[in-house]
Amino acid sequence: MKAQMEARMLTRRLWRLVAYSLLILMALIFLIPVYMVIVTSLKNPIEAGQETTSWNLPTKIYWESFSSVWKELAPNLRNSALLVTGATTISALVGSMNGYVLAKWRIRGASFFFPLMLFGMFIPYQAIIIPLFKFMDGINLYGGIPGLVLVHVVYGIPITTLIFRNFYIDIPNELLEAGAIDGAGFFGIYTKIVFPLSLPGFVVVVIWQFTQIWNEFLFAVTLVKDKWQPITVPLAETAGGIAVKWNQPMAAAILAAIPTLFVYIVMGRWFIRGLLAGSIKG
Amino acid sequence: MSKRLLSLGSFLFILAIVVGALGAPTARAQDDLSGQLEIFSWWSGDEGPALEALIALFNEQHPNVELINATVAGGSGVNARAVLKTRMEGGEPPDSFQVHAGQELIGTWVVADRMEDLSFLYEEQGWYDVFPEGLIDLLSTEDGIWSVPVNIHRSNVMWYNPAKVEEWGIEVPTTWDEFLAVCPTLQDAGVTPLAIGEAWTVNHLWESVALGTLGAEGWNGIWSGETDLAGEDFLKVWDTFGKVLACSNFGDDNASLSWQQAIDRVVDGSAAFNVMGDWAAGYMSTTLGLVPGEGFGYVPSPGTAGTFLMLSDSFGLPVGAPNRDNAIAWLTLLGSKEGQDAFNPLKGSIPARIDGDVTNPDLYNAYLQSAAADWAVDTIVGSLVHGAAANENFNGNFSSVIDLFTASGDPSAASAAFVELCSTSGACGG
Amino acid sequence: MYNRKDKTIAFLMILPSLILLGIFVYFFIAQTAWYSVSDWGVNPATALKKGVEKNYVGLDNYHTLISSASDYEFRISFVNTFFFTIFFLAACLILGFFLAFLLDQRIKGEAVFRTIFLFPMSLSFIVTGTIWNWLLKPKGGLNILPEKLFGLDPLKFKWLNSETKVFKFEWMQGGNLFYLGVALFAFALFTYTAQKRHLSWFWIALVGVGLWLISSAGFWNKIWLPIDNPKLDIGTYTGYGYNAALSGVIIAATWQMAGYVMALFLAGIRGISEELREAARVDGCSEWQVYLHIILPQLRPIALSAIIILGHISLKIFDLVYAMAGIDNREVKVPGILMLKGFRSNEWARSSAVAMVMLFAISLVIIPYLWSNLRTEKS
Repeated sequence: MKAQMEARMLTRRLWRLVAYSLLILMALIFLIPVYMVIVTSLKNPIEAGQETTSWNLPTKIYWESFSSVWKELAPNLRNSALLVTGATTISALVGSMNGYVLAKWRIRGASFFFPLMLFGMFIPYQAIIIPLFKFMDGINLYGGIPGLVLVHVVYGIPITTLIFRNFYIDIPNELLEAGAIDGAGFFGIYTKIVFPLSLPGFVVVVIWQFTQIWNEFLFAVTLVKDKWQPITVPLAETAGGIAVKWNQPMAAAILAAIPTLFVYIVMGRWFIRGLLAGSIKG
Repeated sequence: MSKRLLSLGSFLFILAIVVGALGAPTARAQDDLSGQLEIFSWWSGDEGPALEALIALFNEQHPNVELINATVAGGSGVNARAVLKTRMEGGEPPDSFQVHAGQELIGTWVVADRMEDLSFLYEEQGWYDVFPEGLIDLLSTEDGIWSVPVNIHRSNVMWYNPAKVEEWGIEVPTTWDEFLAVCPTLQDAGVTPLAIGEAWTVNHLWESVALGTLGAEGWNGIWSGETDLAGEDFLKVWDTFGKVLACSNFGDDNASLSWQQAIDRVVDGSAAFNVMGDWAAGYMSTTLGLVPGEGFGYVPSPGTAGTFLMLSDSFGLPVGAPNRDNAIAWLTLLGSKEGQDAFNPLKGSIPARIDGDVTNPDLYNAYLQSAAADWAVDTIVGSLVHGAAANENFNGNFSSVIDLFTASGDPSAASAAFVELCSTSGACGG
Repeated sequence: MYNRKDKTIAFLMILPSLILLGIFVYFFIAQTAWYSVSDWGVNPATALKKGVEKNYVGLDNYHTLISSASDYEFRISFVNTFFFTIFFLAACLILGFFLAFLLDQRIKGEAVFRTIFLFPMSLSFIVTGTIWNWLLKPKGGLNILPEKLFGLDPLKFKWLNSETKVFKFEWMQGGNLFYLGVALFAFALFTYTAQKRHLSWFWIALVGVGLWLISSAGFWNKIWLPIDNPKLDIGTYTGYGYNAALSGVIIAATWQMAGYVMALFLAGIRGISEELREAARVDGCSEWQVYLHIILPQLRPIALSAIIILGHISLKIFDLVYAMAGIDNREVKVPGILMLKGFRSNEWARSSAVAMVMLFAISLVIIPYLWSNLRTEKS
């Protein structure tokens, strides 16, 4: 019996050793691209273009990759920042209101139009891009950040509504009814009872929308003029073009990734909740 | 340089005042211009300095105009054209945009009534006399002239490294058959006979092969409907093209190379030849610092001696340009002798004007001088890949014909697909 | 609380969202659908004219996509998407489960590992594509990694330009496979709903046999026969199949999304009560058996969610491919790229048809999912 226990302990220990080494191995594999992007971005253009030495450390650290890319892409980063701030704020507010209505006010037909709303977040945006384009032009919103904000807000309605709806459903109805007895109407209940409880919901939605919009490409490349392009567009061009100086696309990739990475690392727990919420079931 | 530009600018400035005082049609007083001017092009990177020289010249002439240089990078302008289209469709045209002279302009924008007729500017500036007639024909329809050509490039040039060619002991081939004959020798020596780059450079090679096989008349016949696209000659084009590809790095690593990297292979001797437009001369002489004729050699691509497969970058005036007056000032500069002689030496092209200063060795290097000499005497035909010969619909889908051929290796299938594309795009005359 | 006035206000508050979505989703889809059956841009000369008249041409544009010789790149991209989706899903699910399983072993520093596996998810596909584009260069990156680490010979694999193909098939057969797929899918759907309604297996089997007969008798082809078109000229191109060049894109996509599946599974595993697992252990199950018999079955709904989310991403993927292979790569193309390419040659109707095919494929996955989800929620 004792021998058996010991054997068990041993296998258990052995297994943990295996598990740790597997995890470390996987982590290293996942970090390969990170190593590559950092190393390449710190090489000078000639060194960075050499494929055969791509794994080597830079012979001399070349910060100019970042300064030159920064000079070039700062306006685009500013555009992205403007876009994300505007679109995330508005779509979080809209989603909160919709979620409140759908979770707490039995609207007739909701079971019919709610799935129709949700469908909007799965469609390939290629299927609407040509009419969208003409429409934006027609209402004079083609070309600038406001138009792009509108588009992201609209196509963000399904997911933000869904997240808030699932969040608000857990607020007990009694709480709301107590508010109603105190004389609060639709808005009173929202501002006094629902909204103050909404912080976690807002965090999840803001993180989700922030990363989605920052990372988006198709609308960015088709709906705005060069001057207002978000960061993903020039990034795709530097890499897709005739790049031989790979330090630049790599430095640009780092710049473009920092904001979302920052959000992810600082608020990782909420980020994961957002991810899970995105899978409907929550 | 800038000092010279400065004096040139002030000279033009004075000239403008004098002309203005004389009450000539150019009464738009130049210093009245203000506001913005947005020009749209795909010149960037190595091709950027030439455009910058033009912009500097413009800024000297019109210091109150804020010139916005919207550049979308990407080989041969394919990305830029997609962006331009979204902007035009969106009713947001730039004031003036770069477009390949010929069908790319006419078949896309002129037929759609999106361009302004520039006949008035040609008359005003006396350009009818300074641009070759054949070129003006290419820029015109019955209803007008649609753009101002800045430069002339040649598509059918084959580049090599003279020292290496001598080392290998081969002759530079003058026909594709000669090339195919020398191919095994080079391969045995471990040299790639022909270096090719990413997808569009394969199409570029095709037009040189087709021109070299069909001749100028046969080539023009494709676009007028007179060449039999099911005939022997056209099948031979595909057959030769297949053999030529087999002598190249095609399917090996070509798709990951830019055209510059393909040229690099020739320069460093790992490949023997490369067929590329003569912007390659600019790359080799300016960026790589090689001397034309010594550091790199050039001949018309095999079978095309005496024919000049041309393309021309031009700028047009879209209907509804927000700053029309400034755009006209820009076009005036482009068509001027000063503008062309400022731009072309840096771009590595020859002026479209016949009175350009092409014999001046300070401006035009040995390659460009020889190109200018050919331009004056050769038979002129328009490039397919670079927008002169066929409309965008044909051009946009042409690569799938090439892909079909390279995947199937079947000349008759490729010809059939070519014919189908001809009929759907309406690019082949009937 | 639910008085009439407040209910009206509630409805008015959600109304703008409904109207906007109505326009931005359904009206625009309807417009695209209309373009896809029109001749807009079929005559290139008038493609960009203002106020050009569009005529109804039926299914001609779809017909051309499926059968014309010069549109075979659409067929390649269609086939690519199919293989991409399958391998990407398989890779993400297996790797994601494996990582979740490892992390579930009461690991010290779990948060660190989780962060490492999940961070690619926060990046843009464009960023991922740019990085992997460089990692997959033929003479550098992954190809020389074995050399750098172990001194082995460098690989020669042409990641994004390989022309090696496996699982080759003829398009004609592909057409039949497509119909078979539709029949199978319809059957699966029927079985699923039938089970919910407790229909007897007899009826299910009957419908299954019926569908099989219909599809194998070529009945579908009689309804709509683009595949059996006589002008079909596609026998000359035999390159349909899984292209090895897609592997690079699949690796990059998996790198980005596997952590997401891991997070889903981990949340699912953690949701299963420890008592249940302990009970199984007391019954003499080994740790492995606990996973096999207790945990895996419970994860089925989560796996389904993951399949749906990743599946719809992969069916519409294009920015990753765009950043990795550009718009003109010969083999690595997907419908979303062709759509952009169509802009270049002013083929609006054709582009719209491509987009509608994408929408259709995604709807096949999403609509049943939304439907069943809401049904379960209601009950």
